[in-house]
Amino acid sequence: MTPLIFVIVIVVVAMMGVYVSWRAGRLDRLHARLEAARFALDAALVRRSSTALELASSGLLDPATSVLLAEAAHDARSPQSGRELAESDLTRALRAVFSQPDFRALLAGREGAEELLSELESASHQVFLARKFYNDAVAATQAARQRWLARLFRLAGRAPYPEFFEIDDSLVPAGAAGRSGADLPHLTGLL
Amino acid sequence: MRIGLVCPYTWEVPGGVREHVSGLAEALIDMGHEVSVIAPADDDVVVPPYVVPAGRAVPVPYNGSVARLSFGFVSASRVRRWLKDGDFDVLHVHEPAAPSLSLLACWVADGPIVATLHAAMPRSRALHAAQPILASALEKISGRIAVAEAARNTLVEHLGGDAVLIPNGVHVRRYEKAEPLPGFPGTGGTLGFLGRMDEPRKGLDILLAAFAMMAPERPDLRLLIAGRGDPDEVLDQVPRPLRDRVVLLGQVSDADRIRMLHSVDVFCAPNTGGESFGYVLVEAMASSAPIVASDLEAFRQVLRGGEAGELFETGNAAALAAAAARLLDDPARRATLAAAASVAVREFDWSVVARDVVRVYQAVAPAAGRVAVAL
Repeated sequence: MTPLIFVIVIVVVAMMGVYVSWRAGRLDRLHARLEAARFALDAALVRRSSTALELASSGLLDPATSVLLAEAAHDARSPQSGRELAESDLTRALRAVFSQPDFRALLAGREGAEELLSELESASHQVFLARKFYNDAVAATQAARQRWLARLFRLAGRAPYPEFFEIDDSLVPAGAAGRSGADLPHLTGLL
Repeated sequence: MRIGLVCPYTWEVPGGVREHVSGLAEALIDMGHEVSVIAPADDDVVVPPYVVPAGRAVPVPYNGSVARLSFGFVSASRVRRWLKDGDFDVLHVHEPAAPSLSLLACWVADGPIVATLHAAMPRSRALHAAQPILASALEKISGRIAVAEAARNTLVEHLGGDAVLIPNGVHVRRYEKAEPLPGFPGTGGTLGFLGRMDEPRKGLDILLAAFAMMAPERPDLRLLIAGRGDPDEVLDQVPRPLRDRVVLLGQVSDADRIRMLHSVDVFCAPNTGGESFGYVLVEAMASSAPIVASDLEAFRQVLRGGEAGELFETGNAAALAAAAARLLDDPARRATLAAAASVAVREFDWSVVARDVVRVYQAVAPAAGRVAVAL
């Protein structure tokens, strides 16, 4: 082997090494983002179910609504059959509660009602946002891990393969969104 | 929270993104947050106390018009220094795909990054070619916001992933009351246009054609135009006898902008595309101006499908003339539209919009630590 070819081989191998480690660094960063997003999603879900539980036990609602909401919130905190299903059920229960005729008008002016409702609105928005950002991170990580380079060199190490978190988290039924397509419908204040 | 905002376009020239950044910054400060904005601006330009100038911007063609951007290693090191000094809880970049400060900030920062997408871009081959470079900077973004459906679609098509839709904001109260300009609106009717006169997508030529159709039957009808551009080029498009009924204000101050909106009987937005949100529409709504606008997707959404303003077939001057004439002859309809607009616009008030943006920060920030400098 002539020295020139030797040098070229060394350079090529070194460049490949740099490229692979750059790729590995990107993948590592994606996993960090994914983990942070997962953490935020868990926190948001816990906050929402505990706020729902608080509303259910506040005495502001009629007994039937209170029981309905309390059950759904409790199931979401300790799901028997799949967390996604339980969280979706909580969303549907909340939607049913909020869409009762004159629900807000009846609560208006009651002690603590406004605070609890806006807390619940904010917690529901937080779930919506955190889930969207989490699924976004899942999609980006999955795409990066499916590249041949990542698979060949096992760049992801032992990190588990990320899965999407799919629940119904819309506060308003499909098609009924209020303001020009905005994703965060406002239940309290305003208008 | 300590919030760092990045504006990619120069601070000296008013524009949609720059207005958005300053409006958001002020609303966040009102809410009690600590905010710093970095934007391209000459060091000797007077800027609000929350703005850190990043140096002179260079005018370059970008996304179909000329934009003033900052790029290069010098700008990158200014961004790096700003990030170090700021010690932010969250970094919020605007228009991250534009080759300017926002992209540089994504490049040099690590930690909780939120991005807002403003413009709708047609599928471009150039953007496709730059995709791998963009991807490594943009995949650091933990939360994305789109100001309108069109901007969200751009993201999905070009870069993959999804975004939360949070509309643009205005300071509604600033627009509610203003003295009309002297002599306006007058008794013969006044049509209004706000926007760059030399930007074809703003559609001024369509309005001029519509005005030429309406003017012979309405001897006192006037057209009031505010915006940058060459006045002679505009007047050349108007038949000679009608020229003294076209009033060109040129580029106006913020205060005169609002006075101008209060000086018209019908506000026209004849845009032909490239508009992802329609900031001028929201400004006109906040001023309770009756509106006739192109039937663009973004405009349709802002105007609640026509409830808060009339829509006409995009690019059709005759349709614009017909719609504007109907409104001029029907004061009751104008009042109804103005009232609907001033209700619909409340959800675009910065106090409401900024609260939603903070929710995005909260969804991203606590888990991802603080913003750090990566390079």
